[in-house]
Amino acid sequence: MGFSGWRVLREGLSGNRGWTPQWRDPEPKSEYDIVIIGGGGHGLSTAYYLAKEHGLTNVAVLEKGYLGGGNVGRNTTIVRANYFLPGNSEFYSHSLKLWEGLEEDLNYNVMHSQRGLINLFHSDGQRDAFARRGNAMINQGDDAILLDREGVRKHLPYLDFDNLRFPVYGGLLHPRGGTARHDAVAWGYARGADSRGVDLIQNCEVTGIDIENGRVTGVQTTRGPIRAKKVGMVVAGRSSQVAAMAGMRLPIESHVLQAFVTEGLKPVIDHVVSFGMGHFYISQSDKGGLVFGGDLDFYASYAARGNLPMVEHVMEAGMALMPMIGRARVLRSWGGIMDMTPDGSPIIDKTGIDGLYLNCGWCYGGFKAVPGSGFSFAHLIARDEHHAPAARYRLDRFRDGIGLMDEEGTGAQHNLH
Amino acid sequence: MRIRCPICGDRDLREFTYKGDAVALNRPGPEAAAQAWDDYLHLRRNPAGATRELWYHGGGCGAWIVVTRDTVTHEILGAVLAEEAEA
Ligand SMILES: Cc1cc2nc3c(=O)[nH]c(=O)nc-3n(C[C@H](O)[C@H](O)[C@H](O)COP(=O)(O)OP(=O)(O)OC[C@H]3O[C@@H](n4cnc5c(N)ncnc54)[C@H](O)[C@@H]3O)c2cc1C
Ligand SMILES: [Zn+2]
Repeated sequence: MGFSGWRVLREGLSGNRGWTPQWRDPEPKSEYDIVIIGGGGHGLSTAYYLAKEHGLTNVAVLEKGYLGGGNVGRNTTIVRANYFLPGNSEFYSHSLKLWEGLEEDLNYNVMHSQRGLINLFHSDGQRDAFARRGNAMINQGDDAILLDREGVRKHLPYLDFDNLRFPVYGGLLHPRGGTARHDAVAWGYARGADSRGVDLIQNCEVTGIDIENGRVTGVQTTRGPIRAKKVGMVVAGRSSQVAAMAGMRLPIESHVLQAFVTEGLKPVIDHVVSFGMGHFYISQSDKGGLVFGGDLDFYASYAARGNLPMVEHVMEAGMALMPMIGRARVLRSWGGIMDMTPDGSPIIDKTGIDGLYLNCGWCYGGFKAVPGSGFSFAHLIARDEHHAPAARYRLDRFRDGIGLMDEEGTGAQHNLH
Repeated sequence: MRIRCPICGDRDLREFTYKGDAVALNRPGPEAAAQAWDDYLHLRRNPAGATRELWYHGGGCGAWIVVTRDTVTHEILGAVLAEEAEA
């Protein structure tokens, strides 16, 4: 049944008794055309677009926990298309366009809010770099406005503009950047996929991948074996473990990234603000919490919880940038496991095994990619052809050194992104 | 997280810089094939559990050390000087 303002009103007046579960809880069948491993944002969007764009509905998503319990429900929800390099630029541009039509497409309120993202700069050299990035964004057909110091002040009057180490010189405004409600994105895609016939199977961990004569034939799971003609691996921080089931070793190292939220406050931060020099970024959720984060803890981890030095660093950076937040009290902090690639860019590709496809390497930036990644991965699985906006996300770029996308320009090495 | 430097003893995480998997000790020869370089530079076992990795004690004695660490619990299981470690 569809959602609408009218329906919310009617249910409200009749005791909210008419709402039903958003998706089924089916038993796994013994065989599917396509099995997607991982019920995070990317797995669910892949299943949705397989059904919607390619009419493939004999599909199952196998999730070891519950839908949306991974990074898709742990991130800081920033959605943007301000990438610089060919490959990333067209991919995230396509993904943002999908975001802009997502709520109508899914008939689901994902609270996508294009409140504007401002990346601050603090030197002449950084201004040049951001001007160049802005031009790249405009060339890609997206939006970017270079703000001087007074321009930033109009939007963000509460910053410490004269910070001794990092005085604010200006900022790059990306008006179409913003946030979305992360859980709702997972739920919206889940509902959309389920209603088109996809089986979403929770508490079903994949423990093995069956391969015969170089071709995938199915998976082993905690709920029994399931045969499949095609299998997609979309398990984010767990990519190395799942790929190892197919005898593969990936260019991935898993790292923990922390995030924080304060108690709910009245509206005070209207934009997404990114302070790269302090590895700090912040936005305010619709519920009023200030949601902020920093950089990786920077050591391999599957703990989904980080250490205190990074907590201290993030708080210090926040205080340096906007001293007013010292008055807010932190409610919670948490961590998620990031699938880091050497160049910081993702992988959407076939593998050396027929019928086995790989989607991973989203690092700390895969939430904004959820629509585009699912769209392009579904295309690859359905047609065995790369989808143009994701065509550069090849696995062999590391081996060959051709087509690396090192957005930060720090070098394509594991400990640098 | 505290790391036991073989020279300095238990020291705060902030004194160290993480390099990554101790595979970094096995540098291939200059004539090695592309696959050997890919293994060395990029491909990782990335285990959920015990792993051997290289850390640099920049805020202390300046030694490179090989730390055995559990990536799930962050427990430090051992540390030896890289110059004495087996590659
Ligand atoms: C603190 C934090 C902040 C972030 N902030 C942002 C941000 O602001 N903007 C942005 O764009 N990105 C952000 N990200 C990154 C983004 O969240 C991830 O890149 C993205 O969610 C990863 O894709 P996913 O949603 O499919 O992953 P997940 O939700 O982790 O999905 C993977 C799923 O696979 C399942 N799985 C694993 N192994 C198996 C198995 N063997 N069998 C079955 N299922 C399995 C897991 O249980 C999990 O549900 C952030 C991440 C974190 C942790
Ligand atoms: Zn030392």
